[in-house]
Amino acid sequence: MSTEILMPALSPTMTEGNLSKWLIKKGDTVKAGDLIAEIETDKATMEVEAVDEGVVLDLLFKEGEANIPVNKAIAIIGDPNEKVEVKKEAPVEKIIEEKKIEINIETKIENKKDDIIDTPSPKIEEDTNLSSAEITMRQALRDTMAEEMRKDNKVFILGEEVAEYQGAYKVTQDLLQEFGKERVLDTPISEHGFTGLAVGAAFKGLRPILEFMTFNFSMQAIDQIINSAAKTLYMSGGQINCPIVFRGPNGAAAQVAAQHSQDFSSWYSQVPGLKVIAPSTPYNAKGLLRSAISDPNPVIFLENEILYGLKGPVNSDVNFSIPIGKANIEKEGKDLTIVTYSIMLQKSKEAALRLKEEYNLDAEIIDLQTLRPLDTETILNSVKKTNRLITVEESWPFGSVGSEIANIVQRDAFDYLDSPVIKVNSADVPMPYSLSLEKLYLPQVDDIINAAKKVSYIK
Amino acid sequence: MKKLQKTDYIKMYSFMLKIRRFEERAAQLYGMGKIGGFCHLYIGQEAVVVGILMTIDKNDSVVTTYRDHGHMIARGLDPKRIMAELTGREDGYSAGKGGSMHMFSKENNFYGGHGIVGAQVPIGTGIAFTHKYNGEKNICRTYIGDGAMNNGQVFEAFNLAALWKLPVLYIIENNKYGMGTSVDRAAAGLDLYKRGEAFGIPGEKVDGMNVFSVIEAADKAGKYVREGNGPYIIEVQTYRYRGHSMSDPAKYRTKEELDNYKQTDPIEIVKAEILKKKIATNDEIEKINKDTLEEIKNAAEFATNSPFPKDSELYTDVYL
Repeated sequence: MSTEILMPALSPTMTEGNLSKWLIKKGDTVKAGDLIAEIETDKATMEVEAVDEGVVLDLLFKEGEANIPVNKAIAIIGDPNEKVEVKKEAPVEKIIEEKKIEINIETKIENKKDDIIDTPSPKIEEDTNLSSAEITMRQALRDTMAEEMRKDNKVFILGEEVAEYQGAYKVTQDLLQEFGKERVLDTPISEHGFTGLAVGAAFKGLRPILEFMTFNFSMQAIDQIINSAAKTLYMSGGQINCPIVFRGPNGAAAQVAAQHSQDFSSWYSQVPGLKVIAPSTPYNAKGLLRSAISDPNPVIFLENEILYGLKGPVNSDVNFSIPIGKANIEKEGKDLTIVTYSIMLQKSKEAALRLKEEYNLDAEIIDLQTLRPLDTETILNSVKKTNRLITVEESWPFGSVGSEIANIVQRDAFDYLDSPVIKVNSADVPMPYSLSLEKLYLPQVDDIINAAKKVSYIK
Repeated sequence: MKKLQKTDYIKMYSFMLKIRRFEERAAQLYGMGKIGGFCHLYIGQEAVVVGILMTIDKNDSVVTTYRDHGHMIARGLDPKRIMAELTGREDGYSAGKGGSMHMFSKENNFYGGHGIVGAQVPIGTGIAFTHKYNGEKNICRTYIGDGAMNNGQVFEAFNLAALWKLPVLYIIENNKYGMGTSVDRAAAGLDLYKRGEAFGIPGEKVDGMNVFSVIEAADKAGKYVREGNGPYIIEVQTYRYRGHSMSDPAKYRTKEELDNYKQTDPIEIVKAEILKKKIATNDEIEKINKDTLEEIKNAAEFATNSPFPKDSELYTDVYL
């Protein structure tokens, strides 16, 4: 049987080539791996090897011939006793056509129907299993980790100062004492390395909880979070999942300035393959962290240093959880919707009280709880009722979670809006050190009130 | 050193040849536009992975770089499905979503196929961590290109592996060039195997064109790691006959240099040994050659006939 040797594409962009030199002649016997020709491409001159074996029956182009299309036969090899048949039609068009496959699916970033979680977020007001004692958010997080570590030996925690020091912010207090140094590991200050290590452990079936001392340091490791943790399930065709929780304080603390005060909520929320959670109370911190640890996917769990001391009741059932992907309507209202998350919930609640007192505006507050997947349904239903929306968050304004919400609402509830959506964000500058400037940088209650007045057309 | 049986010689020859024929065919399919994107071939380096694999336990894990086709073949994975991944078809190991650089087989403990230089090193260290955490006697072989040996996370991983005595065998495949930059233009200090010294990780340099040298070193290093002594580094001196990727004409090196390495071709070395030891006749070798060519031809046929992934696959496997 004879085989055609085709003009090869030697780069992703090559469409034709020049035959610089033949390294074989008619009658030669070639074996797989033998060099047969030099081809000049759009980028360079390259040698071409034979893949099939046989005798060179014909060379179809002369040395120096130019602009030979990719996939055109340039030589024929085979058995010399066999009749040669040159196919006139080079399969060029066919291949180009194959490459042109178009996928006409509307770009969608929300959940598909199948993914929508039907369980609503539990309401603290209706919770019959509420603890009588109020505990801090720090303790709620600690207790949940301990409860999950008791249930599943595969859960372990690693990070800087999580063991002997008892946690830089004491969130891992006493875990070393209970679970030992095999499951509570102090790491060197080596985020890139230990994040990659934890991702590898998760690929292999463990369920790491990785504490970043603050999320600012996650930038050292962001390649492992995005390129490895978030994408491998997809790249492996569904074979290798990564059950890991990346947790730690996110956003501004108090006067720690630009490199230690950054909000990463929109950074991580942009990435398919990650889930992103931002709790606001001890109650939801507990329920959401449990869901995060049990989830088979990588979860970014954005805590807040200032909220660690916030006290509140919790549900102390060791199986209590809050579903990922469900927002909580923190306060019902009819005049406007405030969508917020994390620490800005507290400021939004304060603003809502004053809006009622001072302007008789009844604000509905939605606490997102999960940023990805986003609970668009709850947001849209609220906007359809109140017809006005402001978003309140600590992140920088450009491309923030609020930006995406504004996009979704204008697209899916345009006719319901009585005013433009207004976003309340931090200032579009690095965080300053000085107390006075820091206050100016962060969204304040007055900023929220001003935004609410604006969407309500109150001067 | 591990005692090699007659069947081992045939196995080594067959696998090395299979890798070479596979890569040549991949280059051809790339030339025909059937394979797209980046495609990094393993031709010339066959003795490295085949040698290492002669010494391992099947429950050991492995993670490697984007030059991964040969690693999968040597592990006994199906060339049809590897080629189908290269052509981006639904029968590929990653269902067409990974491509040449991102292939995995969890059931075979093959954890990729990583496209980011150096990223596989902490990951392999974490897989080794898991073996230890679970009390298993297995090790994770973590392959590193010479280019990655100047990447910070590699040293972070070395530190963690030594600190926690993790069962990881680091194998540096030093093929002399990180893309177009030769090792001496990239690394201050050419003895890459010594780069674990500061962490107390022993290392050694091996001739990677000779599979028997690789086996000897891998056997010794594997035992050291498996016995719980912590990590070990082998630097395997090898050479890729082809450019960095398909579109690289490799003009940064001389033809003489390439020809020189071809004189010590890893497959020819094994073949000569087989004939010398009369393990097989020339005719028997020829039969292996023919069968291998046929198998790879069939793989190419399969890979070009397997359907493209369904459109609906775009949205699957993002979350479990």
